[in-house]
Amino acid sequence: MRYAMAIDTAKCVGCGDCVVACQTENNVPHGYCRDWIVETVSGSYPNVQIELRSERCNHCDNAPCVRCCPTGASHIVEGGIVMVTHNECIGCGACIESCPYDARYSHPEGYVDKCTFCKHRVDKGQNPACVDVCPTHCLHFGDLDDPNSDVSKALKNRNWKVLAPEAGTKPQLYFLI
Amino acid sequence: MKEELFVSGRNIPNIDPYLHVWHWQIPLYLFLGGLAAGILFFASYYVVTDKEKQMPYTVKWAPIIAPFALVLGLGALFLDLKHQLYFWRLYTTVRITSPMSWGAWTLMLITPMSFIWVASYMKEMFPNWDWKFEILNKFEAWIIKVRVPFAWIMMALSIILGVYTGILLSAFNARPLWNTSILGPLFLTSGLSTGLATIIWISKDKNERKLLSRIDLILILVELFLIIHLFMGFLASSAVQTEAAALFLGGEFTVTFWVFVVILGLAFPATLEALELRGYHVPAWVPPFLILFGGLVFRFVMVEAGQITRFLY
Repeated sequence: MRYAMAIDTAKCVGCGDCVVACQTENNVPHGYCRDWIVETVSGSYPNVQIELRSERCNHCDNAPCVRCCPTGASHIVEGGIVMVTHNECIGCGACIESCPYDARYSHPEGYVDKCTFCKHRVDKGQNPACVDVCPTHCLHFGDLDDPNSDVSKALKNRNWKVLAPEAGTKPQLYFLI
Repeated sequence: MKEELFVSGRNIPNIDPYLHVWHWQIPLYLFLGGLAAGILFFASYYVVTDKEKQMPYTVKWAPIIAPFALVLGLGALFLDLKHQLYFWRLYTTVRITSPMSWGAWTLMLITPMSFIWVASYMKEMFPNWDWKFEILNKFEAWIIKVRVPFAWIMMALSIILGVYTGILLSAFNARPLWNTSILGPLFLTSGLSTGLATIIWISKDKNERKLLSRIDLILILVELFLIIHLFMGFLASSAVQTEAAALFLGGEFTVTFWVFVVILGLAFPATLEALELRGYHVPAWVPPFLILFGGLVFRFVMVEAGQITRFLY
């Protein structure tokens, strides 16, 4: 089993619903976020292209945060989800330094926090909160090993890219282009 | 043209716009750790090579600084933790892939060893010293008996400690400035050099100072060589590393690095040491002070600049 997410950059309008849904679902403290939206403008007028990306932890296959964690608080669970055990985290910041996506932050309570792919929902067979609220249905989640999953189907017929593949972390967020 | 911005207004403290998770505590610790590693390395080296008599300040007096430096450094590390009550979690596991875990365990061993080392020379340094308890006298006698193997272990640990201060940073491939294997030997050399500078500063033995100054001169040359290689490597590497090097080659850290670290912290004290060896009179505290100052600035610059370098946004 390998959970992954595909983000349709052609459909995303950057409304921020995914960000708010995550903050509500996971009780993210004020001023912090586990997911966010990036707008990339490239080219020069009049030939300008805009790309909107809903980003979050990439739940990397070769996760540097898990490798660098001195206590094992950062770990990978079934399905490839990268998790942080709060009462094992010492707040040293090594994982934050090691993440090329800057997807982690220090929670005001001290431990390091980040996207969990809404594991508590996924375990019950539901989608992550961000996926379910997306008004343009641009987020696709599921098991890459299952050819009938939403994410597998989304990746089948489209071109995609991952962010900073040169960092060598084998990220599992696929951006449909 | 390409422009990227967070349209969701992401502005997480210490993450945006630039990563600044590690503040003064980490570079201060890296400095003190390297310094202690240097002092303990030379102390144990001269015991192993049976030159204890010729190098009294290296073996006996200078190591007094090491436990203090280590405890201070550990204090700084502790202050850096955001979830401090759980610090003991470091010692419930060994993570082979995490340099920080290696470092935590190395410190766990070398810190008490540095105390024991100093304690075992107390009677030689202060003839009236009395341990008060018989068990301590017995322990001291045992340590003196096993001093050579003890020194071998401490020498190995001091090298691990010195290298680890660099590897701690180089393990983070997300920060292109740090992600180079030269950082391990570079930090080790710098640590050994700052350790030597401290010994030279406090030593009152002319011959000892002369020998140590010679070694320090070689170490500084090695360090300069490694710094040149660091930048050669960056400039021949991928775009993110070329950009990282640009911070020091015209970017915001150029003056701090080249003036305070390379010129005032390495080249100038090396010149002074060379002049001193040729018989010129140089105030004894000047070269060691500059080397220590340069070493401290070097670590601050590397930690600050490294956090600015990145792959995205």
